[in-house]
Amino acid sequence: MSDCYATQGHDSLNQYILHLADNPLVLGQRLCELCTHAPILEEETALMNTSLDLFGQARNWLDYAVARNPQLGDCDALAMGRDERHFLNLLLCEQGNGNFADTMARQYLFDVWHRLTLQALCLSQDSQIAAIAAKSIKEVDYHEQRSRNWVIRLGDGTQQSHDYMQSAINELWSYSDELFVQGDDELQLVAQGIAANQSSIEVQWRATVSQTMAEATLTLPTDCFQKFGGKQGEHSEPFGLMLAEMQSLYRAHPGAVW
Amino acid sequence: MYAQMVETGVKQVKDRADMDAQEAAFMQQIDAEDKIEPQSWMPDAYRKTLVRQISQHAHSEIIGMQPEGNWLTRAPTLKRKLQLAAKIQDECGHGLYLYSAAETLGTSRAQMLDDLHTGKAKYSSIFNYPTLSWADIGAVGWLVDGAAIVNQVMLQRTSYGPYARAMVRICKEESFHQRQGYELLLTMMQQGTQAQKDMVQDSINRLWWPSLMMFGPTDDESPNSAQSMAWKIKRKGNDEIRQQFIDQTIPQLEVLGCTVPDPDLKWNEETGHYDYGTIDWAEFFAVIKGNGPCNKQRLARKVQAHENGAWVREAAIAYADKQANIKSQQSNTNKVA
Repeated sequence: MSDCYATQGHDSLNQYILHLADNPLVLGQRLCELCTHAPILEEETALMNTSLDLFGQARNWLDYAVARNPQLGDCDALAMGRDERHFLNLLLCEQGNGNFADTMARQYLFDVWHRLTLQALCLSQDSQIAAIAAKSIKEVDYHEQRSRNWVIRLGDGTQQSHDYMQSAINELWSYSDELFVQGDDELQLVAQGIAANQSSIEVQWRATVSQTMAEATLTLPTDCFQKFGGKQGEHSEPFGLMLAEMQSLYRAHPGAVW
Repeated sequence: MYAQMVETGVKQVKDRADMDAQEAAFMQQIDAEDKIEPQSWMPDAYRKTLVRQISQHAHSEIIGMQPEGNWLTRAPTLKRKLQLAAKIQDECGHGLYLYSAAETLGTSRAQMLDDLHTGKAKYSSIFNYPTLSWADIGAVGWLVDGAAIVNQVMLQRTSYGPYARAMVRICKEESFHQRQGYELLLTMMQQGTQAQKDMVQDSINRLWWPSLMMFGPTDDESPNSAQSMAWKIKRKGNDEIRQQFIDQTIPQLEVLGCTVPDPDLKWNEETGHYDYGTIDWAEFFAVIKGNGPCNKQRLARKVQAHENGAWVREAAIAYADKQANIKSQQSNTNKVA
């Protein structure tokens, strides 16, 4: 896949920027699938608001990728014109919405990672990356606060909500190790002070998540089979269907102005 | 208009001579344009009418999220996706705001939602029409929000304080939605392909008459309308605001380069208004009675979300109770110590 990108004008920094863009883009899309399905109206606005924040962040990252490589076209060409094998998001972000516990568990595991990664990126040697991270983190702080509250509320709510939340954590744990995997290209960017160092983030993430799980009366899975591939463009089957829906109108009218 | 045919419970407007002192004083307050506030004395029928109207308005905001949400996952660009997500979020906020205004009259949100879910309460007929193309998202913003604004600008002067103040805030956002919807259509008409232009015209063809129906039946046939006007809940008649909407919309339609599906529509020099054809009230009443294209699916979706969310709401209450218990135990321990 990286060869394919190279021919499209993606250097390793642009690959990294696309990874940063695709996480919020894909999770934002999953959240907007939930429109009008929320358990309570306040959560309807919260889900839409989070989705909105994530799309805004995705657009900022994609705009930067295009600014570095104008031949990529524009942010919509990247969001709506790429095939699934060219998406570099974490597998966690593309997992289906499931029930409300699945949605909030996915959100929380991502939000902690997202906040820690953006915190690190605020110090990036690349000033534009640092600026986008600083802008995004204000929103992500709030996302984490909300998803953490729901993990605790459902974990320590009724027996039924506890079981749903425990089951959600057990299922999603398979995608946790991927959060911290970095290939050679990304490690080079870390060495240059541009990308976030995931090995130090992993320590903080595990400590933060463990503390929340304890407060939520949940247990962390051990010996869980781990899945990888999102950052290399190897996604799940449902991901292709999600993209097909997201990109359908854009692709039905090539070159159209909306 | 997001509240149509609101039942006032009266067969004819009450004569002042038949009122007792309390009700006469209430009417004097209305006449003097003093706002009625939650703690004010008010006739039961006024209170019930307001709960019906405000909750119907709130339900319309909430059900109205469905036809828009239908295109959220498919918005053609990130900019349009952001706009639509923000608009839907605004509508939900309006719903919440309006439920709060209605709660000041002593009816809980849970009760109002229950009335919606069981079919006892209504929402605007317009949201029972489907959004069949992306242009419908623009047309809903331009025509549907546009029609709602004409009504809501009037309601900023409604006699019940919390409702009037809610409208001031809601109108600001709705005006923004209307301009955004119009800009969406204008972009498709001025910079779009022929397929996009056809999409816009088709959308106007389908949504024009249902938008005019939003204002409700003609005033002559509505005793409720007369009572609402006497109480100054409504400040203008249905036909008057419908005409106002048509007069302000047709010049915008011409800028778009589109037409409306009404061969009788023409400018009348004498009246200074547009004449328009006869509205198909049979269709309107069919939709109101539940036989519109999407009535069943809209309500089913709302009920399903509510039922699927029951365990979440129960868990949130259970957790809050546990926390309250812990706090009260801590407070008792502190007292003993």
